[in-house]
Amino acid sequence: MVGILAVQGAFIEHAHCLERLDCEYKFLRNRADITADIDRLILTGGESTTQRKLLKELDMLYPLKNLISDGIPVMGTCAGLILLAQKISGEEEPVFASLPVEVCRNAYGRQLGSFSASGDINGIRDFPMRFIRAPFVKKTLSDEVEILNVTDEKITAVRYKNQLGFAFHPELTDDLRLHEMYLSL
Amino acid sequence: MSENRYQLNKELAQMLKGGVIMDVTTPEQAKIAEAAGACAVMALERIPADIRAAGGVSRMSDPAMIKGIQNAVSIPVMAKCRIGHFAEAQILEAIEIDYIDESEVLSPADDVYHINKREFKVPFVCGAKNLGEALRRISEGASMIRTKGEPGTGDVIQAVRHMRMIQSEIAQLSSRREDELFEESKRLQVPYDLVKYVHDNKKLPVVNFAAGGVATPADAALMMQLGAEGVFVGSGIFKSGNPEKRAQAIVKAVTNYDKPEMLAELSENLGEAMVGINEQEIALLMAERGK
Repeated sequence: MVGILAVQGAFIEHAHCLERLDCEYKFLRNRADITADIDRLILTGGESTTQRKLLKELDMLYPLKNLISDGIPVMGTCAGLILLAQKISGEEEPVFASLPVEVCRNAYGRQLGSFSASGDINGIRDFPMRFIRAPFVKKTLSDEVEILNVTDEKITAVRYKNQLGFAFHPELTDDLRLHEMYLSL
Repeated sequence: MSENRYQLNKELAQMLKGGVIMDVTTPEQAKIAEAAGACAVMALERIPADIRAAGGVSRMSDPAMIKGIQNAVSIPVMAKCRIGHFAEAQILEAIEIDYIDESEVLSPADDVYHINKREFKVPFVCGAKNLGEALRRISEGASMIRTKGEPGTGDVIQAVRHMRMIQSEIAQLSSRREDELFEESKRLQVPYDLVKYVHDNKKLPVVNFAAGGVATPADAALMMQLGAEGVFVGSGIFKSGNPEKRAQAIVKAVTNYDKPEMLAELSENLGEAMVGINEQEIALLMAERGK
């Protein structure tokens, strides 16, 4: 069962992708939702500061962190990538700190800096990428981090063991290839 | 605005869903709001309750004040311009605001025309009392809708009325035969394509938040259960006894809006809510501005 973090943000969009792939999911909105049958995790787009606050306040941070370190497949998109990162530029504390990368928040500036692009991701050709007040990966902190996409000289997609991190939003497009790639992990 | 830019602007609103957007008047308040878990802040010189109390003409805030707030937080910053005042909107775009609220809270600058929002690169949110207003604003280029409610009152009745009206009109429209949609387009005074979209998708083509009169976690939960995708809280937070605690409680209430046990816990000991005014006691109905 895929658990979709649903404390704030675009979680319904991920759910629609999974429905189209006939995949069962559950929204995680408080600690009681994190049940033993959760064996995959999606961290959605939204505001990372809001999500971070709610993860702590709703006692969800450590149960989810444990699941990630147990090795369940995780996909983080935009804010989700920020939650996974070991280091967030300019901020003291990371959130899950499970993905050895340093990310910059709002790396392209305010909403006027939001943009779309198309690129290849780990053999997937011409994937439509939506960057909404997006972060990027400033640097990787381990040789084991695979860089899956670089757009305009910025790292926007990475894989590390069980974790996929995207700076953009595959859930905002009709293209399901990255969700399929995630479900094959 | 290019089609792609409009799409990116609608997508930013999607990222705000399930969140609370709070009115703030100073960088300090903005930091409190961000720390409490706000997904965005609305920068304005006076919150609606004070605008109501002060009377007189109410305008766009000082750009220096808005910039102070932009520098204080990392979450999106919105600001209001007057209905129809496209020069104020141009100024807000020039300081790279993340969202413009063409708002009935300020004194309208034009009693006929709204801003042609398609000419801008920055996104707009607009208020609506019913489906026709919502679709007219979208047709003009708004990429997010909120109920008008009645700002600065702490009385949720009008936000409830507007949300119920929009939801029930969507349900009615969805049940129409396709050959009746042309007449619906005429009746609602909106383009056919938007009517067709709502008919086919049973929802607005943009995100719809609740606004105007939300003062407690229970109010926020009520609006979410009625179909709001998120909540604006204006005067409700910084006009209350303990803004920090109330802000946090409303954020959590929006996430777990259908869990009464959690809502009960969140609603405990929040201190005084804003005093508020009942709708019958209001001399000025802001919701009647801009149709």
